[in-house]
Amino acid sequence: MSIRGVLGKSFFKYLAQRVGQCVLVVFIGITLTFLLPRLAPTNPIEMKIDQMMTGPMRVYPEAVASFRQAMYDLYGLKGGLGEQYIATWARFFRGDLGPSLTTYPRPVSHLIWRAMPWTIGLLLTTAILSWLAGNLLGGLAGYHSDKRWTKWVELTANCIRPIPYYIFAFVLLIVFCFLVPIFPSSDAYDRGVKEGLNLRFMVSVLYHTFLPALSLVITGVGGWLLGMRALVSNIVSEDYVQYAEFAGVRKGTILGKYVMRNALLPQLTGLGMGLGTIFSGALITEYVFGIPGIGLISYRAIVSFDYSLIMGISMFSIVGVSVSVLIVDLLYPFFAPRVRLQ
Amino acid sequence: MRKAFSGLWKTSGYFRFGIVSISFAVLMFVLSFFSPYKPMESFVVPANLPPSLAHLFGTTSRGQDLFWQMTVALRNSLLFGAVTAALSRVIAIWVGMYAGYRGGLIDKAMMAVNDSFIILPVLPILLLVQFLVREKMNWFYMASMLALLGWPYDARLIRAQVLSLKERIFSETAVFCGMPTGRIIIKEHLPYVMPIIFATTINNFLWSIGLEVTLSILGLTNINNASIGVVIFWANQHQALISGTWWWLAAPVGITVFVFAGLYLLAVALNEYIDPRTRLSMKAVAA
Repeated sequence: MSIRGVLGKSFFKYLAQRVGQCVLVVFIGITLTFLLPRLAPTNPIEMKIDQMMTGPMRVYPEAVASFRQAMYDLYGLKGGLGEQYIATWARFFRGDLGPSLTTYPRPVSHLIWRAMPWTIGLLLTTAILSWLAGNLLGGLAGYHSDKRWTKWVELTANCIRPIPYYIFAFVLLIVFCFLVPIFPSSDAYDRGVKEGLNLRFMVSVLYHTFLPALSLVITGVGGWLLGMRALVSNIVSEDYVQYAEFAGVRKGTILGKYVMRNALLPQLTGLGMGLGTIFSGALITEYVFGIPGIGLISYRAIVSFDYSLIMGISMFSIVGVSVSVLIVDLLYPFFAPRVRLQ
Repeated sequence: MRKAFSGLWKTSGYFRFGIVSISFAVLMFVLSFFSPYKPMESFVVPANLPPSLAHLFGTTSRGQDLFWQMTVALRNSLLFGAVTAALSRVIAIWVGMYAGYRGGLIDKAMMAVNDSFIILPVLPILLLVQFLVREKMNWFYMASMLALLGWPYDARLIRAQVLSLKERIFSETAVFCGMPTGRIIIKEHLPYVMPIIFATTINNFLWSIGLEVTLSILGLTNINNASIGVVIFWANQHQALISGTWWWLAAPVGITVFVFAGLYLLAVALNEYIDPRTRLSMKAVAA
């Protein structure tokens, strides 16, 4: 498909619509983070400051001062609700998330940027791996739906699907770190290895992230498998597939080129929507296996009462998710001709 | 009803597994009222005992009997899930039905908001709120908050069904026969919408329990009130795996797997049953 074919007049309408949706998501997200804590019957500011002062973490006095300032800006008693709301947006547009409270004066955005590659690396890889494995297995199971083994595959997928992702993390941890200790249970790489583009580092990272990645892949496969199986079993009964079978086209060709290819589009959409959740990450997985991504710094922020970091992470996730969904939406017409025609 | 039950029991392995797992959950639920210990009270039994006949799931490092603790924890988690699912149903059904029947600009606007809620990352928002109100957090406030974030996908499914129902010929026939709109919705359309409401309820129920566990593991809920996540939280606090008390984690993990898989398979079985093609093949098996 040529670019010019895609970039017609209707594409710009589509573009405007999608960008509008993206803006709306950010608007609702920030508004919710502003409103929801206010609905609770408590004023968290001084309470948090008390906790920080008496808590186990060392807190810098300058940090507390700027924290109080930030809090009173965001949640503060300065002015009415409307004024506070505007102040929140002003901070948001300035990208001013404030300094982290426990690693003062390092800015929050710095911490988030450093954690990002770990989370994206782990989740992007596992999302794609489980998508590939799930679709392949689902395609085979749907095409051979009369065979006995497909029943077992389906049953397994159905049992896995509702289980929350962290359950598998715990199961793998119990089995492979303690009952049969062959994998490390913490850190993303060996302590002695230097971070950088060298072989030892990469091997160490692969070794350390194998279990967390496996737990996420197991979690993800079930849904894709069942979705693909349902799609394929519908397509198999279509006339053109029957015709190909009568004509004696090779089974592998029918499955790959006739059946699965047609089922791929909805699955691709699903993958795009799923990629958005990467920013909220697999928090518990990172926490359990000690991978220093967004999830782990969220956890550290929670235990050390680092409010500005938490606030930064949630604002960042809202923007990150809506922008990545927007990108997927904008790429979509290049894959799906029918969207263009609308 | 009884016929449907025995038919499903005979033909569907999913259904049998679901019923067994729900019976187990109900049994735990009932037993929780007869627990000899207060669930979170510590050092009422010897600490760190592996599973045995005296302590079915073993005991914790805090000297609690895991079996009895889990009965209460499961009860609290199930109740929490039920309340969240019920509250979010109110929003999902209203938005789905209203947008579907009204159509036009109102539908468009509502769906734009709806899609925004679908995209919105729930967990970071929850983390922020829980973080701020941790001490004052009671489970009902938390359930309402989850309900406020957990309706959009279900609303979309309900709306899609309403849209397709509106186009069917029997709806037109009913309109031409002079049937009032309210009656058409309740008598003619609701039976088609109910299965979707039912399926999404179970999914929402599982989703909310899953999130409650996530927040509890991080210590962001009331950690003195037993729930599946709170048990895991304390196991992590005492480094259960490093100190060798693996059963402390295995009990909540195993029960979660069993109950979640059971509920989900039950929903799958019922959905298949609602599909008339499955019922035909069941008849064929019975004959």
